[in-house]
Amino acid sequence: MPWKNTKTDYGWLSKSIHGLSILVVFGLFALGLWMQGFDYYHTWYRTAPYLHKSIGILLFVLTVARLIWVMSHPKPLAIAGSPRWEQRVAHIVHTALYLLLFAIMLSGYLISTADGRGIAVFNWIEIPALPWALQGQEDIAGDIHKILAFSLMGLVVLHALAALKHHFISRDRTLRRMFF
Amino acid sequence: MLRNTLLACALASSLTAAPLMAEDYAIDTQGAHAFIQFKIKHLGYSWLLGRFNEFGGDFSYDEKDPSKAKVKVTIQTASLDSNHAERDKHLRGKGFLEVKEYPQATFVSTSFTEQADGKAVLKGDFTFHGVTKPLSIDVTHVGAGNDPWGGYRRGFEGRTSFALKDFGIERDLGPASQEVELYLSVEGIRQ
Repeated sequence: MPWKNTKTDYGWLSKSIHGLSILVVFGLFALGLWMQGFDYYHTWYRTAPYLHKSIGILLFVLTVARLIWVMSHPKPLAIAGSPRWEQRVAHIVHTALYLLLFAIMLSGYLISTADGRGIAVFNWIEIPALPWALQGQEDIAGDIHKILAFSLMGLVVLHALAALKHHFISRDRTLRRMFF
Repeated sequence: MLRNTLLACALASSLTAAPLMAEDYAIDTQGAHAFIQFKIKHLGYSWLLGRFNEFGGDFSYDEKDPSKAKVKVTIQTASLDSNHAERDKHLRGKGFLEVKEYPQATFVSTSFTEQADGKAVLKGDFTFHGVTKPLSIDVTHVGAGNDPWGGYRRGFEGRTSFALKDFGIERDLGPASQEVELYLSVEGIRQ
């Protein structure tokens, strides 16, 4: 399998980033939900947010690199015979997925940095805070982070259903060409 | 903002009303000569300190008859500040202060009993997290007199404590952290 995209298939680089993003996004969503209910004495009370933030920032780096890759390399051609509107909707959904991902990452960053503290990425590097913050920033950013995370999950379901529709109803290669 | 305007109107109208018996003071939050701090044990190993940045109120105090002294303080609960945004977010949220449901905490005095050495006991109704309960504050009269800018000021400090559970705060921070202490330092400008 080539590492770059071809006219008919995604290369292994695109497939890997896509697959890894699925795992990380679901993992972060679940971790984010789960850690909210922790008792103060829960063993994971400190570890879970630390992992959530560290992995979230790594996903940001991965997603920026992914976007540069996507924009600088051609995608496989649209499946022959697929209607224009379908291609257009798919494109809008893909764009919205990227926008939501970045908005969620930004709002998450703004929660933890609202008091000027940076965010440690696995005690490896520290991402500094912005030099200014809004009044009540952690609360506003927190609400946005939550709403957008649920919105992303909704859109992911739509995205997956569309892929399944291609696989089982249209019986084309849309789903298979993105997986190994 | 609207609340401040209304408060200002209420204050202004009270000033033009009939002469008042006691001396009335507005708490100097504008110049930040008033502080409301809280303190709770962390795991039983240290003290965690925080404060409320937004509050307001007034008191009356007549040296000739201190027993008539009255105090009313309103705290904006969302202004909680423990110098850590993530913790503040938790403390404002579910299981703790729930500031969206209970945006204000108030203390309205019911009695003031002066003792020796400028000490006093201030009793009143404290409404916090939607629960109203009597609360007793140990007060020390710090001082009073003219300020350098043509005004007259008077200040008190107060200490009290209460159990979080008594006010319906159910999150358990551990056996050493059941009670929170409050410290108030209040300077009033005579109106």
